Amino acid sequence: MNKNETINSSSREAIIASANSMRWEVGEDFHDTLMESIYSDAAEIAAKTVTKTDEKQIYHWDQKIDRIVTSKLLGFPIMFLLLALVFWLTVEGANVPSAFLASILIDTIHPILKSASAGIGVPWWIDGVLIDGAYLAMAWVISVMLPPMAIFFPLFTLLEDFGYLPRVAFNMDNLFRRAGAHGKQALTMSMGFGCNAAGVIATRIIDSPRERIIAIITNNFSLCNGRWPTQILIASIFIGAVVPSHLAGLVSAGAVVAIALFGIFLSLVVSWGLSKSVLKGEVSAFSLELPPYRPPRILQTLYTSLIDRTIFVLWRAIVFAVPAGIVIWLVGNIYIGDLSIGEHFINWSNPFGLLLGLNGVILLAYIIAIPANEIVIPTILMLTVMSAGMVGVGEGSGVMFELDSAADTAKILEAGGWTLLTGINLMLFSLLHNPCSTTIYTIYKETKSAKWTLISTLLPVAMGFALTFLVAQIWYLFAA
Amino acid sequence: MNTHNCETCPVHNVSNLTKLGINMENFDYVVALAGNPNTGKSTVFNNLTGLRQHTGNWPGKTVTRAEGGFQFNNSKYKLVDLPGTYSLLSTSTDEEVARDFILFGQPDVTVVVVDATRLERNLNLVLQVLEITDRVVVCLNLMDEARRHNLSVDERTLMKELGVPVVPAAARQKEGMDNLLKYIDEVATGKFVCKPFRTKNKLKDLSRAVSSLSKMIDKEFPGLPNSRWVALRLLEGDQKIIDAIRDDELGKLTRTGDKKEEEVFIEESLNE
Repeated sequence: MNKNETINSSSREAIIASANSMRWEVGEDFHDTLMESIYSDAAEIAAKTVTKTDEKQIYHWDQKIDRIVTSKLLGFPIMFLLLALVFWLTVEGANVPSAFLASILIDTIHPILKSASAGIGVPWWIDGVLIDGAYLAMAWVISVMLPPMAIFFPLFTLLEDFGYLPRVAFNMDNLFRRAGAHGKQALTMSMGFGCNAAGVIATRIIDSPRERIIAIITNNFSLCNGRWPTQILIASIFIGAVVPSHLAGLVSAGAVVAIALFGIFLSLVVSWGLSKSVLKGEVSAFSLELPPYRPPRILQTLYTSLIDRTIFVLWRAIVFAVPAGIVIWLVGNIYIGDLSIGEHFINWSNPFGLLLGLNGVILLAYIIAIPANEIVIPTILMLTVMSAGMVGVGEGSGVMFELDSAADTAKILEAGGWTLLTGINLMLFSLLHNPCSTTIYTIYKETKSAKWTLISTLLPVAMGFALTFLVAQIWYLFAA
Repeated sequence: MNTHNCETCPVHNVSNLTKLGINMENFDYVVALAGNPNTGKSTVFNNLTGLRQHTGNWPGKTVTRAEGGFQFNNSKYKLVDLPGTYSLLSTSTDEEVARDFILFGQPDVTVVVVDATRLERNLNLVLQVLEITDRVVVCLNLMDEARRHNLSVDERTLMKELGVPVVPAAARQKEGMDNLLKYIDEVATGKFVCKPFRTKNKLKDLSRAVSSLSKMIDKEFPGLPNSRWVALRLLEGDQKIIDAIRDDELGKLTRTGDKKEEEVFIEESLNE
């Protein structure tokens, strides 16, 4: 360090030192006085410039709506009903376009591709990997995921644009404070319903590190964009299939609402547990502003929810589905002895799966789909056919198929040893497993702590195993 | 009717605006977008850059910075969308991002987007921004809602009081964006000289302390535009500002004309 710099650095220290000594002279409360003068100046200027022509009417409607949707009596029932309505519309509306897409992509294009490759003499294994693995996985993901997302995301975005989500937060805020967490966690939780990674970043609005960590760990209990379609799918295929068909839509929508609410409940319970154990401390106060209701911009909402969410989530699913499709085909077609690798694993893990009310197929599908939990369901169906060894349903080992009638679905599920318990536990497990890779990375970036990242990752999986085990044991007890 | 004059006026000529999306190379000016939560900053951002940042009707949607570019009247602008804040004096991470950028990033223009239906509370932030920087344009947004609620805002009086341009707008309907661009351009190029309103100190001891401290700061960091504000923060014991003085980060801002070094510093201070 040369002389000049030393002088400079000492003169900088002098500034800090004189600030420190002057701080005592001006007194502690000058911050408040300063804020007061800013506030009074702002009030003065506002008074000079704003004129109200009809004072009574201001916020008339906003207040009226708020009195209903945030009322103690009706707040929660309205929330449940709105959620149920959105899911019901999604489940009912997605059936027809799904079948249509499947008939084009799977029933029409797939055979054409097969015969074309046979015509030019492509070796069977290349044909299998590319057309029966990669192509079919992609086709399956598109036909099954695109319609529900294209209905669900615009509806959800409309609710968001209208200003309903902060009201949800307002209704929930008291519960969170009683759980020892920050009231703003209700907001970051709502954000997590869109995307957990976004929800984790949103926890920056929480000042206290203790409450912020709680909000980060529990954000995974909000079903995200990637998991809504999965839940809707499981519900309509597995829960809806066991009730009479005219009730299927309602029952499956109800099941998804129940799972979403259960997630919120777990969020509260885990927050409470953390704040009473490893993350003890006081609850900080805050104010939550309810924004005005704004008429949603329908066209823009459609555009952004289709481009930003639907296509984004679908693209991610396809990117992961293509390699997964190849892996699925391989585990179904590489044999050790009499059985394929897939069947070996399924047989080996089946007892453990049954203990959890699941089965070996689901465990294998979950492992194959670790990078993207969106494609768990297609994988499960394909593996179920493969392991049940059915001829005539599905298209042969390692080939994903589509289910265009409820009867087909039921037949395959029965053959695969599915019960209502399997469906319920699959939904629970889909709610309770580790966050996706993007979220885990975000958690690490936000907390800069390997410990909290690990806890946030493993806690939900552990809870998932514990809960499915418990449900299964109770079920077996009563079923037996 | 003579339409020729209209066509040559920069306000009329919307074709002067080129939305550059995320292409922000070689920009001439940096513009920061600040404002209370849920006033439509992201909507203004999207209108100017042509990007489609997700907008949502709730406070706290933007917690990190978003950046985009646009070109207007042959100048290239980099636009930075800051998280919404009620004040610049508290300590939560999202408010720090906004404050640090306005102070250390030294944007050429700071656009404060305010909610016309809640002007009084929004002005608290405007006054605090005016303490830090001179070059401010106030975007009086949500005028459509104000009209619906039978509120009228006299923007000329407001402009006179604040000493900076005030542009009425309804960003969701793309109303007022042309005027906003015109004023951003005028403030950036120095055509419009702001005379910002400054809160008068009611405490004599405080005024004395601030002025003697700011003199020391001016001497140490000549060219720093907001020495009084820095002095105030020092008196409050703001650790970030103390560190910035101790490590000579403030000095680096004022001494070097080299944009690159400044950029690096901004990135460092914001990515913490």
